[in-house]
Amino acid sequence: MAATALPTLTAKDLTTDQEVRWCPGCGDYSILAQMKKALTTVGVPREKMVFVSGIGCSSRFPYYMNTYGFHTIHGRAPTVATGLRLANPDLQIWVVTGDGDGLSIGGNHLMHVLRRNIDLKILLFNNEIYGLTKGQYSPTSRTGTPSKTSKTGSLETPIRPLTMAIASEATFIARTVDVDVKHLTETLQKAAAHKGAAFVEIYQNCKIFNDEVWAYATDKSVKADNLLYVEHGKPMIFGKDKNKGIRLNGLTPEVVEIGKDCQIDDLLVHDEKTDDPTLATLLSRMVGPKFPEVLGTYRSFRKPCYEEMLDAQIADNIAKKGKGQVADLFKAEDVWTVE
Amino acid sequence: MVSPTSSAEAASSASRNGKHSVQEVESITIRFAGDSGDGMQLAGTRFTDTSAILGNDIATFPDFPAEIRAPAGTLAGVSGFQVHFSSNDIHTPGDILDALVVMNPAALKTNLRDLKKGGILIVNTDAFAQNDLDKAKYKVNPLEDGSLAGYHVVRVAVSKLNKEAVKDCGLSPREQDRCKNFFALGLVYWLYERPLEATLKWLKEKFGKKTELKPVLDANNAALKAGYNYGETVELLPVQYKVVKAKITPGKYRKITGNEAIAIGLVAASHAANKTLVYSGYPITPASQVLEDLSQPEMRRHGVKTLQAEDEIAAIGVALGASFGGAIGVTGTSGPGICLKSEAINLAVMTELPLVIIDVQRGGPSTGLPTKTEQADLLQAMFGRNGESPVAIVAPQSPVDCFDITYEAVKIATRFMCPVFILSDGYIANGSEPWKIPDIAKLPKIEIVHATGPNSEGMNGAVHEHAEGEGSGAGKFLPYKRDQYLSRPWAIPGTPGLEHRIGGIEKQDVTGNINYEAANHEHMVHTRWKKIENIAETIPELEVIGDADAELLVIGWGGTYGSITTAVDRVRKNGKKVAQAHLRYLNPMPKNTEAVLKKYKKILVPELNSGQLCWLLRAKYLVPAEGFNKVQGRPFLVSEIEAAIGKLV
Repeated sequence: MAATALPTLTAKDLTTDQEVRWCPGCGDYSILAQMKKALTTVGVPREKMVFVSGIGCSSRFPYYMNTYGFHTIHGRAPTVATGLRLANPDLQIWVVTGDGDGLSIGGNHLMHVLRRNIDLKILLFNNEIYGLTKGQYSPTSRTGTPSKTSKTGSLETPIRPLTMAIASEATFIARTVDVDVKHLTETLQKAAAHKGAAFVEIYQNCKIFNDEVWAYATDKSVKADNLLYVEHGKPMIFGKDKNKGIRLNGLTPEVVEIGKDCQIDDLLVHDEKTDDPTLATLLSRMVGPKFPEVLGTYRSFRKPCYEEMLDAQIADNIAKKGKGQVADLFKAEDVWTVE
Repeated sequence: MVSPTSSAEAASSASRNGKHSVQEVESITIRFAGDSGDGMQLAGTRFTDTSAILGNDIATFPDFPAEIRAPAGTLAGVSGFQVHFSSNDIHTPGDILDALVVMNPAALKTNLRDLKKGGILIVNTDAFAQNDLDKAKYKVNPLEDGSLAGYHVVRVAVSKLNKEAVKDCGLSPREQDRCKNFFALGLVYWLYERPLEATLKWLKEKFGKKTELKPVLDANNAALKAGYNYGETVELLPVQYKVVKAKITPGKYRKITGNEAIAIGLVAASHAANKTLVYSGYPITPASQVLEDLSQPEMRRHGVKTLQAEDEIAAIGVALGASFGGAIGVTGTSGPGICLKSEAINLAVMTELPLVIIDVQRGGPSTGLPTKTEQADLLQAMFGRNGESPVAIVAPQSPVDCFDITYEAVKIATRFMCPVFILSDGYIANGSEPWKIPDIAKLPKIEIVHATGPNSEGMNGAVHEHAEGEGSGAGKFLPYKRDQYLSRPWAIPGTPGLEHRIGGIEKQDVTGNINYEAANHEHMVHTRWKKIENIAETIPELEVIGDADAELLVIGWGGTYGSITTAVDRVRKNGKKVAQAHLRYLNPMPKNTEAVLKKYKKILVPELNSGQLCWLLRAKYLVPAEGFNKVQGRPFLVSEIEAAIGKLV
């Protein structure tokens, strides 16, 4: 008899009976739909998928995925996901967080979970606002952003999530945008395939409190001039007419016009595999309107995960001295017998 | 217990005879005190091991400063190690010292008040130069101003004699000086007729394996022997003291501290449950040792997984995530760490996952007294979170009991799907006593049942008055469907067909779906309490020891057991009737607690806080409990409790 083929997963299989309660027009709907689509192709059965989230609009995500899920507390999803990973090596674990949850209250955990290279796929829905609490500025809000708690304009310099992820030594780093469904799906699939800490920033529109903050990256009429999609091994070309590129001038990137300022060979070529973070760092700091903002995979390289190394230590010590028995626990420097 | 034959009397009588003699005594308490760089903890530990091997009952109390290296010679830098050894069953490291070894003036100044009048005071006279005295803020040399007249002062040039003994071993002058703790130890071995073998063996194991350490081995051997021989040759004291073997249940023994026992207990429990132990902590005094012990190579052989987290919150998050994943998730800390973990503890309450939280209590509030003991986190464990947040609470009563209580905590957490607090404290965490190595065959099993399939059979339609059918129906998995104790099923991610979502938002009972209905919330609040109360069905009843028919009951909890028990014994030996009970289970309390309390006219509750158990007992049972409280960062002296009992009988 032929081997039974793995049952094919459909988006419907991944849908729960819970009513989705995001606001109409929220970017989260698209991310949810693309996530389901992406997961039908990754070859992992649904019972081996877990969604872990913190608090915020994005963190409702687990309730809508018919997989295992844990809606934890504000900012702490990376910690719970880490424990889950230590307990169970063969799950595919997704962490869903937002700019407030992941970068403000949970900033510390994000940094450390990336540095430890725990095998988790971390999605940061960045809408540059606190949505669930109804419209306060967030750590990614641009300086000057008016909000409920910054009526006169935010005074703070925003965090660049990808620069932070690079500094934290994440082994997979990418950026995509909620409405580019094809790129979003591909990015999620790539993150799913990565072994190690994967960090994906998703530009996500908050229809109610920060509408159109990403318009320059989503509006069809302008986005081609405002975004640069990078691909491994390819020169960095963008623009409606594919005639603009990025060239390095000393240590500074600059926008150039191909054929006028330079030739294609002069452009920066993307390398997501290098273990040198310099290029990724340069890309992560390119912001509009001076630069196109960079979408795609910034970094993707393999490094041992914390849990792999821990398992190796366990195996190593067992190999050396045998599996620990209860009696071994009671051994001590000095044991004496009373008769 | 402190010897009824005081060593001072023995010493003076021997002096009158004018010749050397050996005096047998029941118990001795000694303390080694010096600068925190003087190796006093090591000297004390070696002395303890030797005494244990000789068959004495022992109890120890290390007392060290919060500063790792306060400026040398200062009062802040004094480190001490107290050992109580006895031919009798003892429960405490001793109230007052029979002998005190001081390596410098600062040690003298901070420790002298604990030495009994007439006690032996061994002083390193080499450390009493003017600048040493200045650092200890002595205006006049206490060795010369007559202020030590009430003690039996033994002046020894420890530094000089030690240097002379080790000068040919090939160490630098500085390294030579570091052997002086072993010189002092040798001296004390002579005084108490203890053989050197166990310590020599230990030195050989520690330093005998590498040739480059040979000078260290030789020097320490030389220092130890020189100290011993010096005592013998100069007949330092006219009398030696002998403490014979205690009557101890036959068996194999080792020495253990509370923190060691917690680490071992966790791993033993993980074996019994056939589960991986995942322990995550953040360094904090006095709990760090648990994480340190569990991350040893030896523990890797047991499959123990540890993670030193970025902060206290991460540590508990990791532990809870591990529990969700089907492992034994444990975190350990002290009071300030518990403050940070409260929100995650509530998440465990809400998601009804097993979780063990170790709180090695220290003096608070805030940073408080990091290296000193206190029992002031009981009400924090009980109530210190938002909303109504019932958790199970247990408390070990001695270093050895840390093993049993930890094992018990794992059992409760996994059986009742709830967080369990272990309230240890700095005193039992660092204190040690002999531990009869358990019979492995007799260790209780921890049976864990995981959900393996749908559990909705027979629950079509309205599954519950607060869960009108939503999500129910045949062939479904209902994550909040409860058993006879109201515990919910533990379904491990990876199990096909049991996919479910949990979280901190209020749950609909049975289905576990998000639910904001008024009646469901009240039902769930009550259910969570009731579940914790149901633990009382599975734990032992509260035992009364002493005189059950007394008028007075002395009731305590946690690490004060030794002092309370010794005090009650003494009062009873004086012919007074006293009943005693000790709570190891604080939430829920044993089922018969109320019945026990109501039998007594007077109830005394000694605690190292301002009256937290007392408050609970009065609130819960409306009994006239009275507190006896001490909040000084130090354990009770037996005499203090004895006096408090004395006022009531």
